Amino acid sequence: MIRFIVRRLLQLIPTLFGLSILLFIWLRRLPGGPETAILGERGTPELRAQIRKNLGLDEPLLIQYGRFMKRMLKLDLGTSISTKREVMTEFLERFPGTVELTITAMIIAIGVGIPLGYLAARRRGSFLDSASVGGSLIGICVPVFFLAYVLKAIFSENLQLFPSSGRQDPTLGATRITNFFVLDGLMTREWDAALDALWHLILPGIALASIPLAIIVRITRASVLEVLSEDYVRTAQSKGLNERTIRGRHILRNAMLPIVTVIGLLTGGLLSGAVLTETVFAFSGIGAFLYEAISNRDYPVLMGFIMIIAVFYVLVNLLVDVSYSLIDPRVRVR
Amino acid sequence: MRTSRRRAAIAVAAVAVLAASGCAESERDGSGGNTAVKDTLVFGVAGDPKVLDPSLASDGESLRVARQIFETLVRPEEGGTKASPGLAESWTPDAAGTTWTFKLRSGVKFHDGTDFNAEAVCANFDRWYNSTGLMQSPDVTPYWQDVMGGFAKNESAELPPSLFKSCTAKDATTVDMAFTRVTSKIPSALMLPSFAIHSPAALKQYEASNITGTADDIKYPSYAMEHPTGTGPFKFKTWDKPNKSLTIERNDAYWGDKAKLKTIVFRTISDENARKQALRSGDIQGFDLVGPADVEPLKGEGFNVLTRPAFNILYMAINQKGNPALAKPEVRQAISYAINRQALVDSKLPPGAKAASQFMPDTVEGWNADVKKYDYNVEEAKKLLAAAGASNLKLKFHYPTEVTRPYMPSPKDIYELLAADLKAVGIEVEGIPLKWSPDYLNATTSGSAHDLHLLGWTGDYGDAYNFIGTMFDRQKDEWGFNNAPLFAQFKDADSTADQAQRVEKYKALNAAIAEFAPGVPISHSPPAIVFGKGLTGITPSPLTDERFVGATFS
Repeated sequence: MIRFIVRRLLQLIPTLFGLSILLFIWLRRLPGGPETAILGERGTPELRAQIRKNLGLDEPLLIQYGRFMKRMLKLDLGTSISTKREVMTEFLERFPGTVELTITAMIIAIGVGIPLGYLAARRRGSFLDSASVGGSLIGICVPVFFLAYVLKAIFSENLQLFPSSGRQDPTLGATRITNFFVLDGLMTREWDAALDALWHLILPGIALASIPLAIIVRITRASVLEVLSEDYVRTAQSKGLNERTIRGRHILRNAMLPIVTVIGLLTGGLLSGAVLTETVFAFSGIGAFLYEAISNRDYPVLMGFIMIIAVFYVLVNLLVDVSYSLIDPRVRVR
Repeated sequence: MRTSRRRAAIAVAAVAVLAASGCAESERDGSGGNTAVKDTLVFGVAGDPKVLDPSLASDGESLRVARQIFETLVRPEEGGTKASPGLAESWTPDAAGTTWTFKLRSGVKFHDGTDFNAEAVCANFDRWYNSTGLMQSPDVTPYWQDVMGGFAKNESAELPPSLFKSCTAKDATTVDMAFTRVTSKIPSALMLPSFAIHSPAALKQYEASNITGTADDIKYPSYAMEHPTGTGPFKFKTWDKPNKSLTIERNDAYWGDKAKLKTIVFRTISDENARKQALRSGDIQGFDLVGPADVEPLKGEGFNVLTRPAFNILYMAINQKGNPALAKPEVRQAISYAINRQALVDSKLPPGAKAASQFMPDTVEGWNADVKKYDYNVEEAKKLLAAAGASNLKLKFHYPTEVTRPYMPSPKDIYELLAADLKAVGIEVEGIPLKWSPDYLNATTSGSAHDLHLLGWTGDYGDAYNFIGTMFDRQKDEWGFNNAPLFAQFKDADSTADQAQRVEKYKALNAAIAEFAPGVPISHSPPAIVFGKGLTGITPSPLTDERFVGATFS
């Protein structure tokens, strides 16, 4: 197991190296550069040339890449062109927001999705079954940003139950330790700050959970249906095992493998940034920031963020692979 | 077995939470919380400020914060563009017009408790003038370079010589500022927040000019990020970057009328709809960049929508290096006659917008009521086109997507109306939509592969040169013409010391530009800013120089 993990981690190195080359070339191939974004309508060809020179963008690609690599090896991701702050600092300030949002969304999606999918399968053909299948279809179809607007219109604008935007009420003046606002509130015993941060997570969490929730319901239902028709389930039932043991040990556990795979992929996807949800809720995470970085041609941010996200993606998938062997002892990671 | 494992997991989790809770010190000063919300204004802004040292800023959000913390020698009159006393009570040029004497206000202190005086003013100008290394980069000191050109020792051959020459503290409240030539930019340009006066002690303590790193990886000093120190009615408190909010608080030692609100929080909400929803749900009590379509609905809901006097210009540029026919003045004049500006203003622009007859608004001195006007006239346009032998003209028309500018709320709608006008006089139009940044800006301001395009300008300060000079004082790829007499006329006007004479020269320039018709000035649009119900005391400014010092909840 440990050898497997180490090997997978070592595989990261060539992956990242290849990704950095591809990214570098792709970004420089995009038309326009950061100088246009910096100057806007105030740009003249001379000013633009001057900025390109200052940013070192007039040099051959290989030299630029060499400079990037040299910094990268020292774990220095450079400075954002548009915010003028260090890319690593920007990441450390924004990523916790995305992680909190992802965790909230996945708790909602898993907490509701698996029981609902299970019940739908056990009561196949019932009203609950058709409702959850139909509901999940809607969940997949409704655009997230539309759902976000509807949620905000109802719960923030009209009922004023939840805040419409942001991660925390700025007038609270909460202390920052890890930038995970809920955790920071617990650590510093600023209970109101922790609760407020949690409160800010609910609406974007629901909006973001809609698609994963729908997928998890469908996968769980299909997977449970498949297991239900297995011989060992019938055997267990006929030998008189109690319902709880059958459900936990025989059905769910065997049905979990495909569900976990999907959860891993979905989590990885959410971590790479929920652009629309973050934008609509003015939620400070990496998704909205990456989107802006593309318009601004902020090369250091794009390179740095995408590389770190790639690392996380690999790590989440590694976690999924490891969890297979915990769920199903027959699976041995090698 | 299973149960005990679950119990163990719960126990571990509980221990972890207990261990985590209270393991760090709260840094809260006890002033937080919602209880005092009536002396706190949370204002929604479209983007994070970039730096807190306005000398290094050019983006609107950095300057908005700077305007509350810092003050300039001269400042725009409340709600207008004319220069009025700021940290200087009066100013006069010498006979030659190259040396200006500023009489300073006395009894003013910086936020760090040090005195504001003539030496402090000169320390600031000397700091900018003696910039070296990365401080000479155009994206680091944009407004200094825009106004003053270069530095004491230019490190790049592309930098022009400096307009600023020297600053002398004659006594505690008198400053003599010398310039290398007469210019119409002084004193108006000194209203820019980029020329705000900082505490020399703080500049030194936090190494404000120590910009390190390499040209492609600039690292800003802590002054620009955490320690802005001015004389303004508000002091910098915190910049909570993870929560995208910046807090300033009342300066109780302010020399003038003290701020009525204790705290102002600038909160970044980049999505326009999200700002609107945040206002309605009470999360914020005001925001800027109100969409033109939202002005009336928000007013109807009882919000305090303030319309700024228009201080911008939307124009349709004509590139004379594009289609060869465009080099003929008659063709450009025909295009000018073809455009129905009033119809466009009435249907596509916010209430209060005006059709334009020249490339600057009438609030700026030098505006000329008697320029050649191209009132909508289809027949005249057709006649001119026929006379120029350009009846079957086919033009490429660039317009931007994914953007709204204060002068251009909906580029595609505007393009469609203009294209229809041009078709009506027999000009075939090929629309080319491009993403605003960087594709559109690149395509229209460099090269020659564009015929017509939409662009505009928002004034930085109340001076004609800042509008028409920026556009037409030299050869530019955007317009593709080389009109030496016009360029000379600009140079002459800018270096005229006598104010009245200079204004006449700008009027003559506006007449010359209208005759030459390098493009079609279309409209001036008033941008709007909105505040929550019951919030008053803020005067809208054409220069977006709204000061929150008078803001109060009624």
